Amino acid sequence: MALLELRNVSKIYHTGGEEIRALDDVTLDLHQGDFISIIGPSGSGKSTLMHVLGCLDSPTRGEVVLDGVDISKATTSQLARIRNRTIGFVFQSFNLLPKLNVLQNVELPMVYAGLGGKARHERAVKALEMVELGHRLKNRPNQLSGGQQQRVAIARALVNDPKIILADEPTGNLDTHTGEVILNLFRELSTQGRTVILVTHNPEIAAVTPRRIEIRNGKVAEKVDPRLAGFTPSTP
Amino acid sequence: MNFLNAIVVGLKEIWANKFRSFLTMLGIILGVSSLVAMFAMTQGLENGLKEALVAIGGLQKIRVEARNVPVEQRHLRDFATGVTLRDVYALQASVPEIDIVSPEMRMDSPPTLAANGRRHRTFMTAGVWPVQLEMMEHQLAHGRMFNADDEQDARSVCVIGTGIRDELFGRPDQTGTEVIPIGQTLTVNGVPMTIIGMFEHYESDQERRTRLLQEAKDAADRAAGIQKPAQRDRGRGRRGNFAFWIKNNTVYMPLNTMWMKLKAGQTNTPPEPRLSNLEVRIRDVETMDRALTQVRNVLMVNHRGIEDFSFRTQEDWADQIQISVRAARLSGGLIAGISLFVGGIGIMNIMLASISERIREIGIRKAVGAAGIDIFTQIVVESVTLAVLGGLLGLVCSRGVVWLISSVTPTDNEPIITWGAMAFAFAFSGIVGVFAGLFPAIKAARLSVIQALRYD
Repeated sequence: MALLELRNVSKIYHTGGEEIRALDDVTLDLHQGDFISIIGPSGSGKSTLMHVLGCLDSPTRGEVVLDGVDISKATTSQLARIRNRTIGFVFQSFNLLPKLNVLQNVELPMVYAGLGGKARHERAVKALEMVELGHRLKNRPNQLSGGQQQRVAIARALVNDPKIILADEPTGNLDTHTGEVILNLFRELSTQGRTVILVTHNPEIAAVTPRRIEIRNGKVAEKVDPRLAGFTPSTP
Repeated sequence: MNFLNAIVVGLKEIWANKFRSFLTMLGIILGVSSLVAMFAMTQGLENGLKEALVAIGGLQKIRVEARNVPVEQRHLRDFATGVTLRDVYALQASVPEIDIVSPEMRMDSPPTLAANGRRHRTFMTAGVWPVQLEMMEHQLAHGRMFNADDEQDARSVCVIGTGIRDELFGRPDQTGTEVIPIGQTLTVNGVPMTIIGMFEHYESDQERRTRLLQEAKDAADRAAGIQKPAQRDRGRGRRGNFAFWIKNNTVYMPLNTMWMKLKAGQTNTPPEPRLSNLEVRIRDVETMDRALTQVRNVLMVNHRGIEDFSFRTQEDWADQIQISVRAARLSGGLIAGISLFVGGIGIMNIMLASISERIREIGIRKAVGAAGIDIFTQIVVESVTLAVLGGLLGLVCSRGVVWLISSVTPTDNEPIITWGAMAFAFAFSGIVGVFAGLFPAIKAARLSVIQALRYD
């Protein structure tokens, strides 16, 4: 069974009496352990797809089934709970809170999950050690390099042990080398059995993933790179 | 997210913007401290008035005053007897609720007192029976009160209050020693009287404290050899609580003396001695209504149905105290409440500004799993924390505000800060905090995640 299923999902915006189909009848299956990139030029609807996949937004029509549960009609607070437990976000601009230090930033999702202070601290430190930042716990985000900040963001995304990691242009603000480090990190996460979704407009980055979903005008044109087909971990 | 966490986050936010938070809190600080100060002032006022009420003899008194014949009885004017000693005897004989009756006869206009080369006019010059001492709660400090013999013989003797002594013989703080003018002669409208007694000095607690403080200071000055320049006595005006001032400015002489030596010679005086008023004290304040009815009945019979008298009870005054204190409290509280309200608007304003600053932060928090209620709680807690901190500081400052107000406008009634007032003001600041936070919090909770994340 697919971890995340999209069944005939449409998202329609109305601006100035004009109807814009940001997503047009999209049907997708994402499985556990998938390493996927969503690629498309700006305005293609890939951001909207990411919002629906990330439970940031509900579709106008169609069904979104997560773990066998239809969440297309979920309330905003139910969606917040799903984002908190099941999905980890990594953004292009890192989106760390500048007033909090590295540790507090990583603790943030657990605060909303209602974890106690001690458990939060332990798990945050573990996550930061995993991204090799165990020595920068008390630093503010602006004292770190871009790559380090993105690793903090990844630690934050991982800390509630989500099934899905959703990364929006995660290497967009990084140099090539650092970008590769981050991408390797994602690849590693997918081999651990997490579903990793990269959203990008850059074909070179999309080329890293075995499965690519191309979006054009709100419709899906899926491609699987034959060279990397063997890399895909088999789905259970 | 639990509540404690929200408070910690709120406190951090406040600490991160120390100066702005302080400015925001200033409104609440001023509001709370002025509310407490206002209540303290009215409490002081109330205490002062109640003190005065006790000083003039409490609630058991009924005052019967002579007054003009009412319009509908004008044609009976010539039969009106006025309040006389016959009324006093009748009341003593017929109303069992009555404890003591004390007649009082005054001059029509304030007489001129003269002694020691100085002159003074006071309307509190009256001819009375010795029982007036008990009625008005006077205490003799020096000499003696006139007695029945003095009354019988209409002797030229009088008893004075310290206010009269101060005017005619000098205040203790001016003369250096307290002058006790017993045996001295005082003229009332030119009629010589011997001063045979002087009352003690009456003052409120507040006045006593101020005086003792001043005396201690003067003594220290004298010890240090500092020569004070002579103070001008005139133009200082009346000092202290009105009730005490009146008691201190009293001159009493026997009723007969007043009648025979001062009033009988005047033109237009009736053949029978007329009293200006008489005071009745009843045994028990519980029987006030019945006593009033009886007094009225007896007087109506005596006056042949002509109502040329009126009653006044201290209860009227007690009610008046309640009304005026309530009015002062309400108006003061309203003004202070408005300033607290303005403080609340300040908080709301700053919370709104801080939300627009933190749209992206709110978006991030929501993306990692904060529900609307979490954001709502955070904003409300921040607002309440601001208000409550302001409230606490305001309570601290209220002491200073009270001191400031009482030093700028000295009153006889020392302001009293009560726990009740502090609790009320503090609770009010908390409520203001909640209400100031509600609207910004709802606004923040409703922000769309996607738009908030995109916001720069």
